[in-house]
Amino acid sequence: MQKVFERPKGLTDTEFTYCAGCLHSTIHRLIAEIMEEMDIIHQTVGVCPVGCAVFMYEYMACDIIEASHGRAPSVATGVKRMLPDRLVFSYQGDGDLASIGTAEIVHAAGRGENISVIFINNTTYGMTGGQMAPTTLIGQKTTTCPSGRDPHVNGYPIRVCEMLATLDGPSYIERVAPTSPAGMSKTKKAIKHAFQNQIDGKGFSLVEVLSNCPTNWRMTPIDSFKWIDEKMSEFFPVGVFVDR
Amino acid sequence: MATKKLLKGNIALCHGAVAARCDAFFGYPITPQNEVPECMSELMPANGSVFIQAESEVSAINMVYGAACAGKRAMTSSSSPGVSLKQEGISYIAACELPCVIVNVQRGGPGLGTILPGQADYFQAVKGGGHGDYKLLVLAPWSAQECYEFMPLAFDLADKYRNPSMILMDAIIGQMLEPVDMHKNFDIVEYPKPWATNGARGRAHNIINSLWIDPKTMEGLNQKLQAKYADMQVHEVRFKEYQTEDAELVMVAYGSPARICRSVVDMAREEGMKVGLLRPITLFPFPAMQINDMAKDGKRFLVVEMSCGQMVEDVKLAVNGASDVEFYGRSGGAVPTPTEILNEVRARFGKPPVVSHYSSRKESAV
Repeated sequence: MQKVFERPKGLTDTEFTYCAGCLHSTIHRLIAEIMEEMDIIHQTVGVCPVGCAVFMYEYMACDIIEASHGRAPSVATGVKRMLPDRLVFSYQGDGDLASIGTAEIVHAAGRGENISVIFINNTTYGMTGGQMAPTTLIGQKTTTCPSGRDPHVNGYPIRVCEMLATLDGPSYIERVAPTSPAGMSKTKKAIKHAFQNQIDGKGFSLVEVLSNCPTNWRMTPIDSFKWIDEKMSEFFPVGVFVDR
Repeated sequence: MATKKLLKGNIALCHGAVAARCDAFFGYPITPQNEVPECMSELMPANGSVFIQAESEVSAINMVYGAACAGKRAMTSSSSPGVSLKQEGISYIAACELPCVIVNVQRGGPGLGTILPGQADYFQAVKGGGHGDYKLLVLAPWSAQECYEFMPLAFDLADKYRNPSMILMDAIIGQMLEPVDMHKNFDIVEYPKPWATNGARGRAHNIINSLWIDPKTMEGLNQKLQAKYADMQVHEVRFKEYQTEDAELVMVAYGSPARICRSVVDMAREEGMKVGLLRPITLFPFPAMQINDMAKDGKRFLVVEMSCGQMVEDVKLAVNGASDVEFYGRSGGAVPTPTEILNEVRARFGKPPVVSHYSSRKESAV
């Protein structure tokens, strides 16, 4: 019998420990497929975050580094400057990238550092139990804004793509939402483009992936996809912000 | 041909880093070590190496972390408040058993403090500094020559033990101009780094990580680290002695105060007081056994520091009750004068203080 679907070589045999319906698994798989298709598994160094994807080092077949909270762009900078012919990506959540690591991501982008950043935005701190993130939407309930995010108390959500797009450093910034087969294919294309940009020496790329957290959102996976499409996409519109 | 150059300690250490074949410098300006990033911004690219001025000390140490992961020789330099910011990264680097060099040109603290010299980061340097059970290899130069020579040593020790090394100096050592012999041949060892995350061609993937959820695994890692530190304690203790053989009172000091104490030894000897100096070069591992031997021999100790008393605790631990340990310290940027220290020595020999027209107290009031 002909095999039509198998585990990509970019993944190890370790089983994911993500919650059911969480898009981290999907995005991991897409990265693994891309590494296999581009034949770069053996020349890629990944830098993973603190947060839900903290065990990512067990899942990816490439060399991988566990960075401290928010510092992945600096760690990736150190690796890339030492090994310019390797592909270096960081994988970061919204708490990691848009809160504690804001300085690191802004300056890596500002330097036009030749790395690829995959930014997973699910508007919450998933691993620590669903607290407010910098990307939490106005009115969205979390464990640290139980009545819903009030901008007068909690401030406004931060749009990372739009903010970084004001800089001259980035070569490519796109926001995607893998909530449908078409969205998944767009997500894969975007990450591949970010990797190709790096190989071509074009500098900093960032792909923001609108993701879900069925557990902390207290939704079914299907409802969480709907919420991304209807609520999140309204504040965080998908699209290309920079491509030069 | 002249073999010596007149260099500041800060500049000498940059040349030492080049001699050590340092691949990358990541730093951020802070007084009194600004000459280091300035000098490295010229020296590193000129030698085909990398210089980046990071956006913060936090970012700089994480760039060091990344470069060390890649299997390269990386360093950063800062001063007291900046080194505090680096502590998170240093803890991670120690946990991941990565080699690198961190320079701390100490100023007076706590807080923003003063840009004048201090030694109050001793605890932070030798007791861990960041979170968790870890130690740095800490070297304390007392001259521009040693700033130059200790850089290759620091990198070699870092590679040998897969552990961060720290050069702990003070603003006087960093800022003082001295002749430095630049023609020393260093025996640079190329350590194989099969653990480096530099692309998994022809091997299984490498993981550099410091997350160990299971307490047994975590404790096992800590025990492994402790065994490494015990090994350093056996093999890497470095110190210098001056006139200690027949000394009744041994001063213990490092960095600038050690130089002042050496003058005090001569002054005291002229007056017939049997005084010596022990200068720890490695602050971790500390020359505890050597101090303990001296204590058992009946020697008393006077620890002199530019702090309110930090290394004195390690001397007391080393002496372990076998003899007396006393302390004289100045802090917050004040530097002890030879006369002040001499009077401390005289008091221990039952002699009245001598009056000097030169007083650092008077000076610091200006």
